[in-house]
Amino acid sequence: MEVELAQSKEPVIWMLFSAGGMISAMVFPVLLLITGFLLPFEIAGDGTFERIHVALKHPLIKLILFFVISLPFFHWAHRFRFTLVDIGLKHVSLMITVCCYGGAILGSILTIIVLWNI
Amino acid sequence: MASGRTYIWKRGISVSESIELEIFRYCPEKDAEPLFKSYQVPFREDWVVLDAINYIKDELDGTLSYRWSCRMGVCGSCGMMVNGEPKLTCSAFLRDYSSGKIRVEPLQGFPVLRDLVFQMDDFINKLTEVKPYILRNENGEKQVEEGEYLQSPAQLAKYKQYTLCINCMLCYSACPIYALDSEFVGPAAIALAQRYNMDSRDQGRKQRQEVIAGHEGIWQCTFVGECSVVCPKNVDPAAAIQRAKVSSTMDFFKGIITLGSKE
Ligand code: SF4
Ligand code: FES
Repeated sequence: MEVELAQSKEPVIWMLFSAGGMISAMVFPVLLLITGFLLPFEIAGDGTFERIHVALKHPLIKLILFFVISLPFFHWAHRFRFTLVDIGLKHVSLMITVCCYGGAILGSILTIIVLWNI
Repeated sequence: MASGRTYIWKRGISVSESIELEIFRYCPEKDAEPLFKSYQVPFREDWVVLDAINYIKDELDGTLSYRWSCRMGVCGSCGMMVNGEPKLTCSAFLRDYSSGKIRVEPLQGFPVLRDLVFQMDDFINKLTEVKPYILRNENGEKQVEEGEYLQSPAQLAKYKQYTLCINCMLCYSACPIYALDSEFVGPAAIALAQRYNMDSRDQGRKQRQEVIAGHEGIWQCTFVGECSVVCPKNVDPAAAIQRAKVSSTMDFFKGIITLGSKE
């Protein structure tokens, strides 16, 4: 029973965690460079608010952004869960698990709402 | 040889210098708490920490207890903390510790029996738990007349690395997860399970999964990677664990796909 539980739950969580880690490591730096540096300082392209806003309205961009934003939430949740357990909170691990992944799910729902309303 | 004294030249021996070894001592019958005792040991270029400890035992203090056997990095019994790091003392050269003082403690994370000797029971149980031997399905066993199970060099290469483990327990000592929760199956045992799982002659993966993929198995690992850093045999147990995670995840998806077809 315990094995089955771990086998069914953990692989999914771990996949989300890995995917989120991959995105934070590979996509975030590029995004930060573009939106935080290249566009505002007009080093590459003229990223006016209107142009970016139009781009964001495209469903495909929204879908991509959804994954780019929500998966790292799960990365955070997994890391944070283990960090808390590792600093000695194992006795409340169920609550930690619920709060962390719950937080990630909540974050993902908020992401959907925000993207939907663009 | 009548021509006077014979002189045997030995490179790098300089007996004049000495080095201080600070050794963890604990005798459960006498000491309420462990203490450290210092010993001055000749410093020799070609001496390893184990040589220095043997010198202490032979020349300075015969009451010192510790484990060793092969003196060549094969038996896995001489693991100790050397200046805070898990090391095979038979492979840790004095010359690599320039501070003039070396601190030797029992491998951290295990109950100390006496001085540098610690209890290995937990580790041994974990090794047996993962069924580290070739398992065949029911009726899957070949009859002797049918000959041996053949294996190609490529099939051997898949798991060979994991066969190199010498059960020295350095990886357990380095693992922060094991330090916090000794229920964790741990690096070497999981690497050993992988060794058999990836062996083309074996059919026992499912049985091992119960231990490996359970709550105290691979999913406890947060990929700190220290096990692979300290491993003296380059077994890379951290990679074994990550691979086990990938294949268990594959199992899960295969399970979903085949669920429909089962009914
Ligand atoms: S995996 Fe490496 S460090 Fe761990 S017990 Fe085996 S040889 Fe020692
Ligand atoms: S004495 Fe055998 S490994 Fe060190």
